[in-house]
Amino acid sequence: MTRVFLAISLVSSVFLTFACVDKSGTGTVGPAGDTIKVGVYGDLTGQTSSFGQSTKNGIELAVEEINAAGGVNGKKIQLIIEDDQGRPEQAKTVVSKLINQDKVQAVLGEVASTNSLAAAPVAQEARIPMITPSSTNPKVTEVGDFISRVCFIDPFQGSVMAKFAANTLNAKTAAILGDVNSDYSKGLTQFFEQEFTKLGGRVLAKEAYTQTDPDFKGQLTKIRNLSPDVIYIPGYYGQVGIIAKQARELDMNMPLLGGDGWDSPEIWKLGGEALRNTFISNHYSAQNPAPEIQNFVRAYKAKFNVEPDSLAALAYDAAKVLADAISRAGGANDSVRLKDAINSTKNFAGVTGTITLDANRNAVKPAVVLELNPAAGAFQFKETIYPEGMAPPATASNTMPGNMNLNAMNSNSNMNSMPGSNMNAGSKANTNPAR
Amino acid sequence: MDTFVQQLINGLTIGSIYALIALGYTMVYGILRLINFAHGDIYMVGAYAGFILATSLGFAANPSAIGFVVTLVGSMAIAAAIGVAIERFAYRPVRKFSKMTTLITAIGMSLFIEYLFVFIFSGTPRSFPQLLQNDSYTIFGNATISTSQMLIFGVSIFLMIALQYIIFRTKIGKAMRAVSFNINSAKLMGINTNFVIAFTFAIGSALAAAGGVLTAQYNPKIEPLMGILIGLKAFVAAVLGGIGNIPGAVLGGLLIGAAETLVVGYGSYIGIPSTYRDAVAFAILILVLLIRPAGLLGSNVQEKV
Repeated sequence: MTRVFLAISLVSSVFLTFACVDKSGTGTVGPAGDTIKVGVYGDLTGQTSSFGQSTKNGIELAVEEINAAGGVNGKKIQLIIEDDQGRPEQAKTVVSKLINQDKVQAVLGEVASTNSLAAAPVAQEARIPMITPSSTNPKVTEVGDFISRVCFIDPFQGSVMAKFAANTLNAKTAAILGDVNSDYSKGLTQFFEQEFTKLGGRVLAKEAYTQTDPDFKGQLTKIRNLSPDVIYIPGYYGQVGIIAKQARELDMNMPLLGGDGWDSPEIWKLGGEALRNTFISNHYSAQNPAPEIQNFVRAYKAKFNVEPDSLAALAYDAAKVLADAISRAGGANDSVRLKDAINSTKNFAGVTGTITLDANRNAVKPAVVLELNPAAGAFQFKETIYPEGMAPPATASNTMPGNMNLNAMNSNSNMNSMPGSNMNAGSKANTNPAR
Repeated sequence: MDTFVQQLINGLTIGSIYALIALGYTMVYGILRLINFAHGDIYMVGAYAGFILATSLGFAANPSAIGFVVTLVGSMAIAAAIGVAIERFAYRPVRKFSKMTTLITAIGMSLFIEYLFVFIFSGTPRSFPQLLQNDSYTIFGNATISTSQMLIFGVSIFLMIALQYIIFRTKIGKAMRAVSFNINSAKLMGINTNFVIAFTFAIGSALAAAGGVLTAQYNPKIEPLMGILIGLKAFVAAVLGGIGNIPGAVLGGLLIGAAETLVVGYGSYIGIPSTYRDAVAFAILILVLLIRPAGLLGSNVQEKV
């Protein structure tokens, strides 16, 4: 009998502990009525938790600023934050919970496209607007008209790195090593290959890994045999750091290229010195001296004591875009009006650039190429690449190519904005057909 | 040829880790006829113990051989203690019930350890510090081997020899063999079977922890669920070699590791994509169970009904 009692009390104590955890995870719960409830979901404790944490921080900073300035239309924004542990099925569950139980009026999230894709149909069906700060796979917003994003999409991001490899690094051959379970990685692989081939390069091999692989030397050894000029690794930081390390152990010293999935402070711990001679495409550079970026970087550092990565910056922008749309829609109660207001966002000055949503609810923005500097633990700005149809900022647009060092950030920028250039990612980004 | 040698080195590196973990499965099975599903999680516990030791004792900042040895031995000791505790508090109380009860307890234990660690450390992956200067050496054509790989080979071989010694040359080893042969007769002969079983768990857990720390030197990302897949594959390795058979576990581990890496390296020539590496281990398991149910080195024992 005592044994049974013991077992019951043990089990119930475990549940109680978890129940407590759950509560602390849902953020502040204030009196309803005078607030606008916004749901946030992200990977706070899983494989890509650095993404979720940055996103959460960025949104919290934005909302703090908005509420300090009196809120939107006199109402404060109340965040309800859920952890999806980086698992698509969990993302779906927490978004249903946010919408059906917490009755949020808009949803912000995810970073990983696979998770956004899992949750987006829930929001679409419930007709609750969802803005993803940083999911770049084109399929995410194709789910429906309630889903939008404030970042560029993979056809552009993939082509940026292909251009950088072909034009700046003069690479003739490349190998691709992608994450087989990630929609993000698959999209980038496809678009990098398209653009790189168009620019006259050759993709020698396309290898794949899964996040649970115990090592990557099998794939790397295979690639080493072909000795490509560069290796494109469109994965997430958790694997990329180790891939870089194991590649260097195999004496593979060619440049490694990646995307915004590398952007995490964790990558330095995992990859260390092996990250020399590696480059990524990204949404913004924290080193950009522009005042709006530096103000954000300062405020973020003061609050969280770390430098904001691009996911934090995009999350901040997503929250601000949402607040702007709520005020234009005259409140968040009518979800169709709110959706229309979000979708008609035009020339919104964000930290990650000017945000205008196109007909497919994707933001059309330039990308930056950053070089990793493991000694300093920093991503250093290399160049900006613009999509077609978008002029570089006013200071640069009036000047001729080659004469653009007025603005340090755009100094060797725009292969795309040159007149007559027709090898363009932006065209794809703008008229992206439904797939 | 160089490439083949390189792939073989890569495969045997992983295989050695599988072998270290498989030893724990096979020893516990040999003695208790129990599949200890929590064993893969002990591997994870070992990696975390190493992580805590290395960061709290300051070995993370300056790599040294002493730091590595202390971390390795320390985490093996911690894991051994935890293994003994699991046996004492989870398995021993249910040992007198049916085998199914123990098996389900083991599954429960596995989930308990995993989510206890998620609860304590969160699921966020941590980076295991580099404890030794990592260089790579060219050994054959352009095939290279890194310090961390050599460590995996060296330490695993040393531990396997030590294990052979304990089992065949010491008194406790003799007792282990006796218990594995027939637990009731061993009891009648005055062997303290509870102690022998606890000792077996200690050794098996220590080997798994060594695997955890060594892997973390090679692939420095550790997280609470890292033991699931590798534990399953080590279990497959133990079955492949003949569960209960110690050389069989080593052979099985090395074979699975090599097969997996060769699939990554050469599978595409015969139409198997490289991401099917995990499927290979299980395909091998199914084949073995069909063709040679007792495993490669296992003896086919008629079950008494």
